[in-house]
Amino acid sequence: MVEGCTLQESFAIQWRVTKALVMREILDRYGRHNIGFMWMFFEPMLFTLAVTALWTVAGMGHGSDFPIVAFAITGYSPVLLWRNMPSRCEKAVQANHTLMHHRNVKLMDIYASRLLLEGGGATISFFLLTIFFGSLGWVSMPYNLLEVAFGWIMMAWFGCSLAILVGASAERLEFIGILWHPTSYILFPLSGAAFSVDTLPPAFQTAVLYVPMVHAVECIREGFLGPLYTAHYDLSYLACWNLALSILGCAQMRYVSRKIIA
Amino acid sequence: MVTLKDVTKRYPIHGGDRIILNKVSLCVNKGEKLEILGRNGAGKSTLVRLLSGAERPDSGKIVRKMSVSWPIAFGEAFHNYLTGLDNLRLICRFYNVDWRDKLDFVQDFSELGIYLREPLVHYSSGMRARLAFAISMLIEFDCYLIDEVAAVGDSRFHQKCHTELFEKRKDRSMVIVSHSPDFIRQHCEDAVVLVDGHLHHFDTVDQAYEYYDRLMAMG
Repeated sequence: MVEGCTLQESFAIQWRVTKALVMREILDRYGRHNIGFMWMFFEPMLFTLAVTALWTVAGMGHGSDFPIVAFAITGYSPVLLWRNMPSRCEKAVQANHTLMHHRNVKLMDIYASRLLLEGGGATISFFLLTIFFGSLGWVSMPYNLLEVAFGWIMMAWFGCSLAILVGASAERLEFIGILWHPTSYILFPLSGAAFSVDTLPPAFQTAVLYVPMVHAVECIREGFLGPLYTAHYDLSYLACWNLALSILGCAQMRYVSRKIIA
Repeated sequence: MVTLKDVTKRYPIHGGDRIILNKVSLCVNKGEKLEILGRNGAGKSTLVRLLSGAERPDSGKIVRKMSVSWPIAFGEAFHNYLTGLDNLRLICRFYNVDWRDKLDFVQDFSELGIYLREPLVHYSSGMRARLAFAISMLIEFDCYLIDEVAAVGDSRFHQKCHTELFEKRKDRSMVIVSHSPDFIRQHCEDAVVLVDGHLHHFDTVDQAYEYYDRLMAMG
């Protein structure tokens, strides 16, 4: 409240405000009815389950002989990170601008709370689905858990930075928010969710590896399936994307919080 | 002390920018009660939002040497789709206050009864004002920004606001916005009038009122 506090106090304020906003988001989005906050991970689980069921029934191995269930949950779960995070940040200010009358609440806090909720939900959903299908014996437990986690974190970073860039830009120029939805739709089949890079013709492989999300998906799959899977990825390429998006996103956010918002 | 020095604020509107505040300077001392007079749309609320820090000036400088509240009373700083109780919890968490200690006060002051557990969108303007004011009194500030407290609610509500602000917190600074002067006239030792983006300062409150009344009469 008063200008000039120590770093420790600032962290305490940050933690308190983010926590309060996360609770607000949960209440606003899922309410107190039926399973309440559990929708946070149940909703993404339903998405992934539906896609898994569809692919299984249709026998869509996508030209590979991997177990379809493992292929589907490792492919579709990361989509929840890069696609839903920007969609959630797009209208975040509109839903929260009244709270920005409180000096401790900044634009970053609004985005952070939504991203935490979205990322947390997707992570719990991925985790629970793995355990669920693992206990049924439909998938084997991840071969290299750290590799899965690393790929997942890189994808989450990508999602967060893209979300802040899309969200903040859309506050300035409305059409960016409108364009995001068709763009994400087109990016989905290119993101690596529904194909394995190794099974593509070499010319396609080169092209598709320009898409940053593919690298994280390939990394997660290699960690999940181990030597069964021949992965093609370069996380340093993805890291460059992430850094660039983070810098651009933070710049936009700074501009918007100074010039645009009430 | 809170000071504004040469503060300018513009808003983009259809057909170009509109200057709402033009190089406005203002100083609120500790314990001072200042009234801002101005017609509808003169920019009083913009000035209050700049004082609170909810908005930044396009140019000029704002220095706060004491804690300044959000603009209280009107319920702008709350979330419409949350219940009254959830708003109470949320705001207490923002300011590190335990809401459990404050529930009785809010219940008592707001007289909302079971409506405290309903979302704000279902409230009447009087109910909103009662809740907003009650929650605003939970966090202690050195300077309170009060936007149109007399515009809503009945006389009983006004009396309670009066007790909370001008009796219990009479040592604090207050910046009061109004276009219905009588309610607060007796408490302010200073008044400014906002016209066409300029802030007019006066030696006495009476002079400010005289000028404002003339302005209103001119139409």
